Amino acid sequence: MLGGLVTHAGEALGNEQMVDDRDEPVAHLPVGSITVMAALVARSNPPDWVRAFAAGAVRIPAVDAVGLEARAAALTGRSIKKASKIAALRLAIECMDLTTLEGTDTPGKVRAMCAKAVQPDPRDASIPSVAAVCVYPELVAIAKHSLQGSGVKVASVAGAFPSGLGPLPTRLDEIRRAIDAGADEIDIVLNRSAFLAGDLARAFDDIAASKLACGAAHLKVILEAGELGTYDNVRRASMLAMAAGGDFIKTSTGKIGVNATPPFALLMSEAIRDHFEQTGVKVGLKLAGGIRTAKQSWQYLVIVNETLGPDWLTPHLFRLGASSLLNDVLMQLRMQATGLYQRPDDFTVD
Amino acid sequence: MSIDVRKTYKLYVNGAFPRSESGRTYPVNNSRGRLVANAVLGSRKDLRDAVIAARAAQNGWAKRSAYNRAQILYRVAEVMQGRREQFITELRHGVSAAAAEREVDATIDRWVWYAGWADKFAQITGASNPVDGPYFNFTVPEPVGVVGVVCPDDAPLLAFVSRVAPCIVSGNTCVVLASERWPLASVTLGEALATSDVPGGVVNILTGRRAEIVPWMAGHADIDTIDLTGCAGDRALVVTAEQAAAASVSRVVHATPREAQWANESSQSPYTIGSFVEYKTVWHPKGP
Repeated sequence: MLGGLVTHAGEALGNEQMVDDRDEPVAHLPVGSITVMAALVARSNPPDWVRAFAAGAVRIPAVDAVGLEARAAALTGRSIKKASKIAALRLAIECMDLTTLEGTDTPGKVRAMCAKAVQPDPRDASIPSVAAVCVYPELVAIAKHSLQGSGVKVASVAGAFPSGLGPLPTRLDEIRRAIDAGADEIDIVLNRSAFLAGDLARAFDDIAASKLACGAAHLKVILEAGELGTYDNVRRASMLAMAAGGDFIKTSTGKIGVNATPPFALLMSEAIRDHFEQTGVKVGLKLAGGIRTAKQSWQYLVIVNETLGPDWLTPHLFRLGASSLLNDVLMQLRMQATGLYQRPDDFTVD
Repeated sequence: MSIDVRKTYKLYVNGAFPRSESGRTYPVNNSRGRLVANAVLGSRKDLRDAVIAARAAQNGWAKRSAYNRAQILYRVAEVMQGRREQFITELRHGVSAAAAEREVDATIDRWVWYAGWADKFAQITGASNPVDGPYFNFTVPEPVGVVGVVCPDDAPLLAFVSRVAPCIVSGNTCVVLASERWPLASVTLGEALATSDVPGGVVNILTGRRAEIVPWMAGHADIDTIDLTGCAGDRALVVTAEQAAAASVSRVVHATPREAQWANESSQSPYTIGSFVEYKTVWHPKGP
């Protein structure tokens, strides 16, 4: 029983109330067996480890905050020139999730963004397409239609984005509907309510159930690092999201004040590296929110390259979620090509 | 006994006084060839930073009421008056005491003169146009945006103000390359601007080599107009700059011979403000 996992965790934490909380949503889950759940995540971890992790019994080393920030600052201070800069900018485009997540998104706006995703610079066909577009579930079908045959993937946020606090069955249903509409990738949020209350089992189960609902689609788990309070929590949440089956871990929703930062990127890269060393499974990293300048994009590429190595510098394992970043990258690429500083007015409006 | 605390002449960008990103300087000598100070030898990245600051400040500056811009510019003249002796000392490196004094007084006068035009020049350069049809047709001046100003070497402070004041009074922001030979008083003018409610980024002052910076400035696509007054003696540089400006469709302006008689009061004109504006004509329907 999935309930078995939770009961186990509940006992470990000495919290019976938690068990009761779980009873109803569990009844709606597509699977009801810890064996299935464990088999799913056992691609990387033995069921015992998963159970122990969910119960909070796995020790996650504490983060040296000062060291982390100093190293992140050192890595972002590097000077990248000429050919390396051009290569980094092109890679940033290839790894970009071009995003629009506004209440005002219209089909027309999504179509325009998809056209730009396929051919970012109408004047320069050598500029590569972005990796994916990221939209709300309601607009997935339109994006899918606009991107037919282009190779650009459709990502959809789902699961009561950005809070993640809708009823679990509704959240899972939202995921399935987004996939039915054509989404290749699903971005969900970590259940911070459960995570911050210490109910790791519940946060874990939500992600694992979402992974099952995703089927073949890629699951990205947004930790919303800016809301987790401490670096220790960000590392713990990273390990939890990876153990629960996330294909990517993602920094932020972009909906709060603190978004992707170099220390978060470094910390989450280290967590991914640790997870890879323990399990042999490569989990991807998506940085999102507040990434607006070309300079920031290559700073993050440096962090990932230095921590995870060049294997991660592909759209399969690294993404930059952004909306206004693309124009700045295009502007810098043209500056590199012409030697002249460009003006934003010469690039398409998002 | 007092210690002689000497001033480091730096740039004025975005309301602050940074050194060059490049770390470079060049010596400024007086008319007898003796070293007076080292000035910053500005680089391409200094120009880039200054344009970013000017662009960011432009909208806010243009959105202020014309009356408020006049108040702020008048305030600049007040602060300049308080620094009169310092300006004279700096100009004295190149000219006689009497000439330096005349130039500083004329500079302050000119600044006040242009400050007063902030809420009046549109009446001179704008128009209501008679048209055949049921329209009220009128033309209003609007700032072009970010202006690059290249200052000449003669009358370094007065010429600076004679080009920059008419430029910013309409709501433009600018990146100014000070006189290459006599940059010191211009840097001190930055201190007057910084302490007189002119928002950071409205005037950005670079010092350095004209031959180096002007082509970068003219080729920068985010500069809407470039004033090549300071390149008047260098035909080859003007041609290079005009070609670069054409590629990014930036307007090129020069001071007219009359405007370039800096010390002459008749060189100041509301039409100089017109060199740095775009005209918008509106066809407004009215009853038959």
